[in-house]
Amino acid sequence: MGMTIAEKILAAKSGRKAVVPGDVVTVDVDTVILFDNNFMPNNWRDILKVADPERIVVTFDHRVPAPTQQAAAAQVTGRGFVKKFGIRRFHDVGHDQGISHQLVADYGYALPGSVLLCSDSHTCSAGVFNCLARGVGGPDIIYAAIKGQTWFRCGETVRYELTGRLPDAVTAKDAFLQIAGVHGAHATMNVEYGGPGAASLSINARKTLTAMSAELSAEFATFEADDVLADWLRARNPAPWSPVMADADARYHAVRKVDLSTLEPLVARPDSVVNNSQPVGQAQGTRIDQAYIGSCANGTQDDIELAARVVKGRRVASGVRFIVTPASQTVYRDTVASGAIRTLLEAGAMIAPPTCGACGGGHMGVLGPDEVCITSSTRNFKGRMGDPSSRVWMASPATVAASALTGAITDPREFLQ
Amino acid sequence: MSAMVFRGRVWIVGDNINTDLILPNKAFYLTHAEQAQYVFHANRPGWAQQVRPGDILIGGHNFGMGSSRAAARSLKNLGLACLVAESLNGLFLRNCVNFAFPALECAGISTAFCEGDTAEVDFESAQVRHVARGAVLSGKPLPSQLMALVQAGGVFQLLESEGLIAPKAD
Repeated sequence: MGMTIAEKILAAKSGRKAVVPGDVVTVDVDTVILFDNNFMPNNWRDILKVADPERIVVTFDHRVPAPTQQAAAAQVTGRGFVKKFGIRRFHDVGHDQGISHQLVADYGYALPGSVLLCSDSHTCSAGVFNCLARGVGGPDIIYAAIKGQTWFRCGETVRYELTGRLPDAVTAKDAFLQIAGVHGAHATMNVEYGGPGAASLSINARKTLTAMSAELSAEFATFEADDVLADWLRARNPAPWSPVMADADARYHAVRKVDLSTLEPLVARPDSVVNNSQPVGQAQGTRIDQAYIGSCANGTQDDIELAARVVKGRRVASGVRFIVTPASQTVYRDTVASGAIRTLLEAGAMIAPPTCGACGGGHMGVLGPDEVCITSSTRNFKGRMGDPSSRVWMASPATVAASALTGAITDPREFLQ
Repeated sequence: MSAMVFRGRVWIVGDNINTDLILPNKAFYLTHAEQAQYVFHANRPGWAQQVRPGDILIGGHNFGMGSSRAAARSLKNLGLACLVAESLNGLFLRNCVNFAFPALECAGISTAFCEGDTAEVDFESAQVRHVARGAVLSGKPLPSQLMALVQAGGVFQLLESEGLIAPKAD
């Protein structure tokens, strides 16, 4: 019987001929990523040996630069871990820092067919590189760093067959909100993206889909490998790899077509990402206090440059805080070089340093009582970005930027003709 | 390891309970015991203070959706004996195993009980009994590898016993 991409990698990495949904397998892990939260005193356990320091990456991203003494202490512990085991791929606060999932893209850390773990739920982001990447628990990460292995339960796979090309001002975030709005949670299942429409999506756009697949409660999200992926990796990592393609007779839970050319800007209403989407026009006029662009899902060069196109020559509405957070120092430098950051600054945006920041309500844009935010980040759960009474709408960076200009939820097509 | 059978008063929550509700960001820097007092702080304020040791939590579909934070640890530290849900989020289930918090998937559970009823949960055989009515529901037993991890006391207990992480008084 044929296998999906996820099943093939699970089989290869567990040394089996085949796996089927329901199997629990032990697999070898190629890359283990640790970040600042792992090193917080209430999470960390002192590791006495690691399987292979070359398979470990360490970054600080959730709370950077350290906003509290506890966050600073976690970084001290992390630096000690790096030194003790001679971890070479260390992204300390400074030139090479960034959100872990963005670093995976910036540095080509995930290769097709590999297995990557990090204890952040949006780790499925790296599946854009035709690999198996999963967010796991903190203890899973410590276990994998020590033993070089982890377990997975194989689920069924839903395949999204992309066709067409996105209209201007419509983004991969809108495509995601379409899928999440119609199909809801994919709990216990894998999501596989492919089809002829994928070729028109950049790696950054695809990464929005894979990162946001965490919100579908997917086990793994994977893209097919193609020339766009090969070009991206070739520029960043010389290591050899082979693409993993699904078998022609692979068994899917469902195969669903998404025609990108028919999509429009969408928003998710507050409190739930899935089953909660509507056309931006239906929310038009909803007053906002804050507009946020950033996170592993939408803090890329594409996202920041799109926002700059929307606000160019205009000013952020009075009373609105427009916060833009590049997902990594590389993205930050690239968007300074392209002029996008200057355009955003001139419009009145605040530029935050690369961090998960306000996406998780950590710092750099936390919401107060009854405040309303429109965000391009990953989650709109109740209380997620601050006070439990605050309300978080989710949309594309274009819609967020347009809303920052008017002070209310706004269709970005008005500003991108 | 003694038999994993739990008998206790039940609390009921709905579908799609997320990790931010169980362990909100504002509690991240606190001790494990303090974090437990913030469970459902946003959606059911004051609830955590009503929970008694040995109580049982009943959830709906995709319980524990969201982040990888140690939300299962907070449920355990709150004193809950176990969780029975229509279905468990995959990442949340990992953390239940990691922290040895017994969590069972059992279709039909959310309508079989009223809050305050008494349930008896046999975790290994995946049976849930309504003590007053005698009705029994069958859930999905945890795969044997994962059951072994729970019975070993979770990942840290296992690694500590193998001398791979330093002991910690917790």
